[in-house]
Amino acid sequence: MNLKTETDIASYVSDAYASGCKLRIVGGGTRQSLGNPCESEAVLSTTGLNGISLYEPGALTIVAASGTPLADIEAALAAEGQRLPFEPMDHRGLLGSSGTPTIGGVVACNISGSARIQAGACRDSLIGVRFVDGTGTVIKNGGRVMKNVTGYDLVKLMAGSMGTLGVLTEVAFKVLPAPETKAVLLMEGLTDATAIQALSKALSSPYEVSGAAHVQKGLDGDPVTMIRVEGFEKSVSYRIEKLRKLLTSFGESSIEIDPVHTKAGWKWVHDVEGFANQTGDVWKISVKPADGPKVAQKLPEAECLFDWGGGLVWALTPESTDIRKTLQGISGFAERVRGNTQNTSPARVAQNAAIAKIEHGLRTKFNPKGILNAGIMG
Amino acid sequence: MEMPQPDTLVLSRKAHIVQRLQKVLPESAVIFEEQEVRAYECDALTAYRCPPMIAVLPGSTTEVSAVLKICNEEGVPVVPRGSGTSLAGGALPTSDCVILGVARMNAVLETNYEDRYIRVQSGRTNLSVTGAVEQNDFFYAPDPSSQLACAIAGNVAMNSGGAHCLKYGVTTNNLLGVTMVMMDGEVVEIGGAYLDSAGLDLLGVICGSEGQLGVVTEATLRILRKPEGARPVLMGFDSNEVAGACVSDIIKAGVLPVAIEFMDKPCVEAVEDFAKAGYPEAEAVLIVEVEGSETEINDQLAKIKKIAITHKPVELRESKSEEESAAIWAGRKAAFGAMGRISDYMCLDGTIPVSELPLVLRRIGEMSKKYGLKVANVFHAGDGNMHPLILFDANKPGDLELCEEFGAEVLKLCVEVGGCLTGEHGVGVEKRDLMLTQYNQTDLDAQMDVKDVFDPKWLLNAAKVFPLSSSDDRRAI
Ligand SMILES: Cc1cc2nc3c(=O)[nH]c(=O)nc-3n(C[C@H](O)[C@H](O)[C@H](O)COP(=O)(O)OP(=O)(O)OC[C@H]3O[C@@H](n4cnc5c(N)ncnc54)[C@H](O)[C@@H]3O)c2cc1C
Repeated sequence: MNLKTETDIASYVSDAYASGCKLRIVGGGTRQSLGNPCESEAVLSTTGLNGISLYEPGALTIVAASGTPLADIEAALAAEGQRLPFEPMDHRGLLGSSGTPTIGGVVACNISGSARIQAGACRDSLIGVRFVDGTGTVIKNGGRVMKNVTGYDLVKLMAGSMGTLGVLTEVAFKVLPAPETKAVLLMEGLTDATAIQALSKALSSPYEVSGAAHVQKGLDGDPVTMIRVEGFEKSVSYRIEKLRKLLTSFGESSIEIDPVHTKAGWKWVHDVEGFANQTGDVWKISVKPADGPKVAQKLPEAECLFDWGGGLVWALTPESTDIRKTLQGISGFAERVRGNTQNTSPARVAQNAAIAKIEHGLRTKFNPKGILNAGIMG
Repeated sequence: MEMPQPDTLVLSRKAHIVQRLQKVLPESAVIFEEQEVRAYECDALTAYRCPPMIAVLPGSTTEVSAVLKICNEEGVPVVPRGSGTSLAGGALPTSDCVILGVARMNAVLETNYEDRYIRVQSGRTNLSVTGAVEQNDFFYAPDPSSQLACAIAGNVAMNSGGAHCLKYGVTTNNLLGVTMVMMDGEVVEIGGAYLDSAGLDLLGVICGSEGQLGVVTEATLRILRKPEGARPVLMGFDSNEVAGACVSDIIKAGVLPVAIEFMDKPCVEAVEDFAKAGYPEAEAVLIVEVEGSETEINDQLAKIKKIAITHKPVELRESKSEEESAAIWAGRKAAFGAMGRISDYMCLDGTIPVSELPLVLRRIGEMSKKYGLKVANVFHAGDGNMHPLILFDANKPGDLELCEEFGAEVLKLCVEVGGCLTGEHGVGVEKRDLMLTQYNQTDLDAQMDVKDVFDPKWLLNAAKVFPLSSSDDRRAI
């Protein structure tokens, strides 16, 4: 099936709706294993919908078809000295997948990265969507301007809905200037608790931290704590120095400004590359930053990596252990991102019954026969 | 303004409903005398008024839940209300409704600097959220000009913005979680003091839903450390086009100011008469503010000035002190007040792609001649959110209607050039009947489907946002 336009997608979904054929939506296929196992009889590929339809650097906006490779969008932005604010992570290493990530997949899974702590998630930069719902109807919401409160914000609802409400066909973003330089403050050997305190102190300073992470095992096996600032050169050197002074009580620190190193080092954290070649399940846990170390404490067998100042914990755990029970009492949510297929527990569960009821109601409206990515969100 | 026919059955049962409400609320919290409910007859869109049947002022989530349960059982329409500063008629009552005001619920429930959030009851005013954390040098970023009065409840419902949202985002980008009471009285917790939640982004759709999905009683908000300093520069230009081009160039150069505010000549003149801010005689004035340390500010302002000079400004005034900064902002902040002093006005709120600024300003000028009504423009230029103020005389028969017609034409133009009807004030009743210029019926149906799920009987603020003709069938159920 070669679907090239939104109309093609609409008629394909509409036929599937009529026959009750369950579809698996696939973009670049690099994040297919996220979520719960999906029931499907046919594949719907979005890669035929390709291309940037509008890019206005002066208005900080870009609009693209959902099957457009993320790399194409990043390249177009880079050519004008801009970027996507939310720094989407690349799952290929962690999940052992291959293929070319598409922008539609990024949106469907609300993929963000370390910059989320300052610049927000994918959903915060997303300003417009077009999608085909589970009956084959084309729906638009939002638009191409960054301030828009006209009607309900279905744009946010679509971000992270993992295809269960519709097939995204077009997405629009608010973008930001790319920084002139970056610098990273590095501290070694801190315990989880001390490291998160240091990150919290940095994030509570006026020095505009754009990344705050702590890994239990850095490249040479020891704990490393990292704080990133970005911007114009003078400003970056001023702020990184200020941060260094602010954190002297936490011990020695060094400053990395080499662009190749800062980029690669940060990518290693942010794409969770350290877990890529290790066996075990990988969990993504979202909590209050100060609860980050508590999570690690409750999971003594796990190796942990903290991003978002401690608020995002990546945990590498022994296979087939459901950590959700262990973490009860800490508010937040945990999702298994990688696991062996024998797992009996779902990767994702709804937060509570009231929310599950609303979510079910919404799915019944937008995807009444449940033909799109059935079961992926539980 | 066309509103649905009041439900006569509900009206006939008023005494009984009052009695039931009095059982779950303190006596003073149930207002039902005709003279007293009049206090709730309108919000800041004062052209439309309608006293509600009853107004209640619950003091807790439990009380809100009890009220909604009763209203749900009795089939009584409910209109949630924060501080009543909506410019879109979002809190306009219907004569058969219960106004549910959250103004008494204004407590700070928790502040956490380590994890950088605050949890408040939703009746707390926007400015007093910052007030609660500023002794520790923190602030809550979204800053609507109405921040002294407007409540977090209204901010969440309208997804309000402010002058500084180019850098910090609007309400939805700073909201971490809410406690919301559904129309049947069920209390739901959505989100929390952490960043990502499981499942669908319900918080995203609740924010900006104009009180139609549930009553928000508590909110968890992100707080930020104050910057070391901030300083504006004022620029005057020969034409709106040039000012627009300058804005675009600043953004393209990679400088991201916290605010870029634009005022055209009619606005500057009114402001000068009123606030004596010492603005230059220019066709267009920009205020650009940057933040950071002294060095950072100087560095950024130098970059901005360099760009501005290529556009031959008639004036370029950098603030050198706190007083000068305050003077530069004084005019902008007084703009609405200044206009209000010379005339009645209607404030529009459409957003346009920044590149269309010159065209749209020119067309508005032409329309102003056609309708014989003056317009002043003051707006957030960095994000294209326009605020044309159309001046009219409320005492002159026909003037309001003429003004509304003019406004509608401007908003249609905003949509035509790729923008939208409202950037931060919301649809309410004011723009309800224009919704089909931006969305088709299918798009609106998708939105109304969401309301069906949250509020199946369409009792919550049902006459807003969607054209009555397009929601008729759903409201009839
Ligand atoms: C002079 C002036 C300047 C302004 N400047 C700005 C500006 O810069 N930026 C901006 O964005 N807006 C601005 N506004 C508009 C207005 O202040 C905002 O829309 C504000 O958020 C409304 O808050 P409120 O508490 O007054 O809400 P209300 O007017 O009481 O209600 C607004 C909407 O919220 C709903 N609502 C209220 N409480 C709840 C609740 N508990 N649960 C669910 N829904 C609820 C209501 O039903 C209604 O639809 C301005 C208004 C004025 C008068």
